[in-house]
Amino acid sequence: MKTSEYLKELRMALASVIVLAVILCGAYPLAVWGIGQALFPNQANGTLIQLRGKTVGSSLIAQGFKGAAYFHPRPSAAGQGYDSSNSGGSNLGPTSQKLIDSVKERIAVYRLENNLTPEFPVPADAVTSSGSGLDPHISVQNARLQAPRVAKVRNMSQETLRQKIDIHTEGRDLGMFGEPRVNVLNLNLELDSGR
Amino acid sequence: MMDIYGWIQLALFIGLLALLTKPVGLYLVRVLDPTGKTFLDVILKPLERFIYRALGLDPEKEQGWKGYTVSLLLFSLMGLLFTFAILRLQHLLPLNPQGFGPMSSDLAFNTAASFTTNTNWQSYGGESTLSYFSQMVGLTFHNFASAATGIAVAAALVRGIARQTAKTLGNFWVDLVRVNLYLLLPLCLIYAVFLVSQGAIQNFKAYDTASLVESYTVQEPKQDATGTSVKDQTGKTVMVEKKMETQTIAQGPLASQAAIKMLGTNGGGFMNANAAHPYENPTPLANFIQILSIFLIPSALTWYLGHQVGNQRHGWVVWGAMAFLFLAGVMVCWWAEAVGNPHLTALGLDQLSGNMEGKEVRFGIFNSALFATVTTDASCGAVNAMHDSFTPLGGLIPLLNIQLGEVVFGGVGAGLYGMLIFVVLTVFLSGLMIGRTPEYLGKKIEAYDVKVSVLAVLILCVSILGFAAWGAVSAWGIAGLNNTGPHGLSEILYAYSSATGNNGSAFAGLNANTPWLNTTLALAMLIGRFFFIIPVMALAGNLAKKKLVPPHTGSFPVSGLTFLILLVGTVLIVGALTFLPALALGPIVEHFIMTGSGRLF
Repeated sequence: MKTSEYLKELRMALASVIVLAVILCGAYPLAVWGIGQALFPNQANGTLIQLRGKTVGSSLIAQGFKGAAYFHPRPSAAGQGYDSSNSGGSNLGPTSQKLIDSVKERIAVYRLENNLTPEFPVPADAVTSSGSGLDPHISVQNARLQAPRVAKVRNMSQETLRQKIDIHTEGRDLGMFGEPRVNVLNLNLELDSGR
Repeated sequence: MMDIYGWIQLALFIGLLALLTKPVGLYLVRVLDPTGKTFLDVILKPLERFIYRALGLDPEKEQGWKGYTVSLLLFSLMGLLFTFAILRLQHLLPLNPQGFGPMSSDLAFNTAASFTTNTNWQSYGGESTLSYFSQMVGLTFHNFASAATGIAVAAALVRGIARQTAKTLGNFWVDLVRVNLYLLLPLCLIYAVFLVSQGAIQNFKAYDTASLVESYTVQEPKQDATGTSVKDQTGKTVMVEKKMETQTIAQGPLASQAAIKMLGTNGGGFMNANAAHPYENPTPLANFIQILSIFLIPSALTWYLGHQVGNQRHGWVVWGAMAFLFLAGVMVCWWAEAVGNPHLTALGLDQLSGNMEGKEVRFGIFNSALFATVTTDASCGAVNAMHDSFTPLGGLIPLLNIQLGEVVFGGVGAGLYGMLIFVVLTVFLSGLMIGRTPEYLGKKIEAYDVKVSVLAVLILCVSILGFAAWGAVSAWGIAGLNNTGPHGLSEILYAYSSATGNNGSAFAGLNANTPWLNTTLALAMLIGRFFFIIPVMALAGNLAKKKLVPPHTGSFPVSGLTFLILLVGTVLIVGALTFLPALALGPIVEHFIMTGSGRLF
């Protein structure tokens, strides 16, 4: 190829970057934004929950509940914990001393808080950190094990609490995809609203 | 537990993929033919013509393999500079509500190289580093462009196989424009809106601040006035209590980027946690579609191959070899993750729940294993669970998938041209075994073809093993580790495999944001992409020149079970022979330490 041909190709490269950027990085995301805001404004803006005029969180983002009166989410490795501007997992490998130590401690705390015997098998999701650090869900088994503690503190009947867990249990999508799960923030807000 | 729901989802996945292969393949035939007609012509034809005019391009003029490659390289170089400039200047550009500063030069180089090469390795955390403009323009540009480039190379190679005594392989600019306009853009538009319906965000507002329902305290390192953490006399970091009353919730134009990142097998997350983040992958249904979308185009390309060379059965045999390797991988990974970590079971963890460290409840074990296998079979690299926290054998599968060259469906385009390199090697090896001149679809495979094919394979091995060995014995490599012992070696090996293979997933504990790691990883990405594409294009050019030999009794059939087995064997033998020693020192020995002893690191 001659120099002039290279220059022509270079000009085409520059022009194509600009033209494609306008279409693919301008028109396309704006179109998705327009359609999204029109059809699904709640989702497009983060599935936020408003309470008495204040944003109290998002149904999709875990908060670090620690008190006995609330259901607890999974442990979080995002920032200092549940940091939604710093998502991520622990990235500890299976033979990591740090991983084994922290899970050991969490198991002890979980059994103590929920009045379980020292042999009781603890659901894995309760004591391992999630991939995002913001996992909004816990397993159904985990929620049921926490229920007696919450019921006692709130002076509620086990039966009422169990119903509330059922309301906030999401089944497998279309009956087959993913796992059944309980949304912790939604459940806790429901408990507060009933007070 | 490998439960029935997992088996149903796996069957549905592979079944749907098989069903979609032909219709999407047929559409690809039209898109990759410059005169092909599609139902979108009404809207897009005028736009296509306008772009050709803006480029000063004669769309009917085809290029030889050298011309095609030069255009591709110049376009990639221009894109790299474009993104590098945006990342360095993001503090001056619009759509930066969080006021993020410019990226450091080594990180910007790493990131620009990463997205240009379809790798999407991320040494940064998206929501804590990048403005909306950097994400939407600087990075999304390459999600489209590098995907289209890969498909263009695959199309050029297929043309080289299909044509005889030809000097040209098509026009790069035409392929680039048509793939973006007719294939990626319309699919992404529908796909992104679907993701929004599931809960993916698409907005331009500043990050939200939520008042927590229940405030709590955390321990964090005490910092002095200069921002360094304070240590007591014994050298321990002093911790202070901090009361948390609010939560900052990251926002942004995420859905549009998430759609193309999967469909274009790019994999770069808008958020640091990638597809594990609830905004990026909100529901199991969205998750299933995201996994399927990784394989959609690569799978259809095998049908395109069969159609263009006039041997549809050959296309399906290549598909079958890929499907076999995929199913084998996913079952091992699923099994290993379902069995879980014996150390944790011993502590009193419910044995039925499997290894949930680094995984999300909504996806569970099966969907995390499926995602991990698919994202590394392809050169996608998005993750919905943290591979670093997988069990040794569960993590071995993604690593090995990448090292095999990501030819199991593979990246868009890259998977097919990578697999065709193995097809050439298989034909050559079989020819040697039966003592005949090797032929592929009527083309004699000669010394030149074998040399460039072997060159392509060798470049990957040298880059992966060379850089990994260098990192493993250097202070700058060790300094980045999050885990020690065999798992630490796995982190380094995974990093250079992922970079060279243009995958982009990571054993993410490795802190790669240091000048040495950023730079060497960027080089590995560029080598793995372009020093692979150049031999592939040379092969395409050489094959196009050849005459077709009519089929004769000595012709080696490239359809049927025998060829499928030989192809799978070639992929596995080349991969295993090359990487087994390194894998034995990483995940394999870690597996035996984990199951056979109480040793921790």
